[in-house]
Amino acid sequence: MDFFAKIAWIIPLVPLISFLVLMTLGRGFRKAGVWIGSIGALGAFVLSLLVLTERLKPHAVDYSYNFSWISIGEYSLRIGFEITNLTALMLVVVTLVGLLVNIYSAGYMASDERITVFYSYVSLFTFSMLGLVLSDNLLSFYLFWELVGVCSFLLVGFWYARPAARAAAKKAFIVTRIGDAGLLLAILVLFWNMPGHALDFTMIESVFGGQGGVITSGITTLIALLLFLGAVGKSGQFPLHVWLPDAMEGPTPISALIHAATMVAAGVFLIARTFPIFEASPAAMETVAYVGAFTAIFAAVIALAQNDLKRILAYSTISQLGYMMLALGLGAMTGAIFHLFTHAFFKALLFLAAGSVIHAVHTGDIREMGGIGSRMRITAWTFAIGALALAGIPPLSGFWSKDAILTAALTQNPLLFTVGLLTGFCTALYMTRLFVLVFLGKSGSAAAHAKESPRVMTIPLIMLAVFAAVAGFVDLPWSGWLSTWLSDEVITPHASIVVIVLSIAAGVLGIGTGWLLYGRGKTTSRSIANWMPGLVKVAERKFYIDELYEILFVKSLRVVGICLAAIDTYIIGGVVKLTGAAASAAGRLGLRLQNGQVQTYGVAAVLGVVAIALVVIGRRMLS
Amino acid sequence: MLSSYLTLAAILFCIGLYGTLAKRNAIIVLLSLELMLNAVNLNLIAFSKYGAIPSLTGQLFSIFTITVAAAEAAIAVAILIALFRARGTVLVDAFNRMRR
Repeated sequence: MDFFAKIAWIIPLVPLISFLVLMTLGRGFRKAGVWIGSIGALGAFVLSLLVLTERLKPHAVDYSYNFSWISIGEYSLRIGFEITNLTALMLVVVTLVGLLVNIYSAGYMASDERITVFYSYVSLFTFSMLGLVLSDNLLSFYLFWELVGVCSFLLVGFWYARPAARAAAKKAFIVTRIGDAGLLLAILVLFWNMPGHALDFTMIESVFGGQGGVITSGITTLIALLLFLGAVGKSGQFPLHVWLPDAMEGPTPISALIHAATMVAAGVFLIARTFPIFEASPAAMETVAYVGAFTAIFAAVIALAQNDLKRILAYSTISQLGYMMLALGLGAMTGAIFHLFTHAFFKALLFLAAGSVIHAVHTGDIREMGGIGSRMRITAWTFAIGALALAGIPPLSGFWSKDAILTAALTQNPLLFTVGLLTGFCTALYMTRLFVLVFLGKSGSAAAHAKESPRVMTIPLIMLAVFAAVAGFVDLPWSGWLSTWLSDEVITPHASIVVIVLSIAAGVLGIGTGWLLYGRGKTTSRSIANWMPGLVKVAERKFYIDELYEILFVKSLRVVGICLAAIDTYIIGGVVKLTGAAASAAGRLGLRLQNGQVQTYGVAAVLGVVAIALVVIGRRMLS
Repeated sequence: MLSSYLTLAAILFCIGLYGTLAKRNAIIVLLSLELMLNAVNLNLIAFSKYGAIPSLTGQLFSIFTITVAAAEAAIAVAILIALFRARGTVLVDAFNRMRR
């Protein structure tokens, strides 16, 4: 029955083989490189799809397999993989977006000299992400978690000749490292406190889920908060969100794959996998909810004032991830996963469409664009679908998943509900601004010669647009099919007319405001800046978070670093130099003794004999 | 009686030692070496006559020493002549090639 679940371990190996083959090819075989990378992604996608279809049958049993990896005395560390409905869904999302990005990159990266290297990195990333999804325990999860971080580093810094790309890659790596430290600490605390030092998700669920009492509530909260710190780093939540906008220095297909659809969602996935721990700690849940809500509105406001196409989308990603965190914090795990699922499609679509635009006009500044819509029809239409889905306009997918989250918020916490609605309004507003400035209006300075992208790029756009449009139907408010399937519980449909009406109103209002402000082609961001200068300036400068961190952490750490470097140079290095100087001084002294004069040697020998004689005689006289 | 012989031998030995270590001329160094050997011979003979167990062994030994010293002096002078031909000097501090 569950044949494909049993061989699910093959899924990550397919891209791994692609990666190994591509690595041996080096920079040559450009055509073959594209094919090898894409076939690896295709193989993984087909297998994942088979696993998912198997899971769709009623009463599918979770399958897990593990083996003893390390045994120390009584204790044995087991690792393996696990197929649940959640992991099967994630597998399909990751491999589907991965496959489309692979195809798209064949066009986008066609003129790049290192396209084979690019494909090898993408394959490595796909392998790591699939391994992360399949992991049945926190330890191998952590391993793959770090691996995707490395791939992100490599791909953000892919154009390493550009200083900005190098800086962004380092920033991404170091900032997520802070979160990774939290995850590692969480694993250590869990290891100490779990019965039998178990780290697998099944055990975590049974310990924290039902009985409780084994682990005190203080420790539970500590573990949950540390896990959340890991998720904050990876998913770009406030205050560790600063790396994600900078990561846009990487190639656009990477922004779509890693920094919109999959890796940044790993934080949400982590919390979803360890959800029993969070459910056991109300304080941690509240933290997650408030951090998520704050990030959602905060990033949306910043997105309103940015002028770089990809950066706006990056802040939008942060904002939407905040939405997912908000849902998790409210206990609506299925809502969060649902939003993750739809967001993966429409945000990947938006990024790929943005990449298509950038490919055509060779700039990311939306002020230089304008009027591209008539020249790039497919890109414009698919971007519009993605933007409407993000803005939450029914019946596109984003509406349904936001609705699930907002419904959960309304019943539990009106304040968070309001924040969610405001975020929805801002989202619609900045997407309208973006769409109007890029695709409508007069032709901008850079847009004059824009042409539609080749078919290899537009076909993935169309496919993603289809998914972005219809993916929401898996969990309509009055059917709740996905929630039921994910949680194995019968969930009562949660349709709420108030939420639906308010959410549509927020979206429509946002689009209307955006149209009024920017649609006429008269109002520019300058005139709004004149209208309320303080806020626009602050939002444009991203609330000075980067500057604050520069003073607070970078500068102060640099001072510490200079002190440590001084200690290294002058104290440790001084001791080393002193040792060396002493040895060579002894050598010089020895050289002087060995002057080749036999008579000098003779004097030394006689002095020695005299000394020995004195000692012998002296001892005899004393005794 | 013994101590006066030993004192003389010690004085001779010290003069020889000083000459060996301090003189620059290789011929003088050789002469000083002979002086040291003779100081030893004097010791041997003094002990063979006035020692705790007088015997002929010491005198025989000194004859050996004189023989060996003669051979040694012959070889040393030969080497010195060869050195003088090669380097044009007999000053010992010029012979420091082993240093390198």
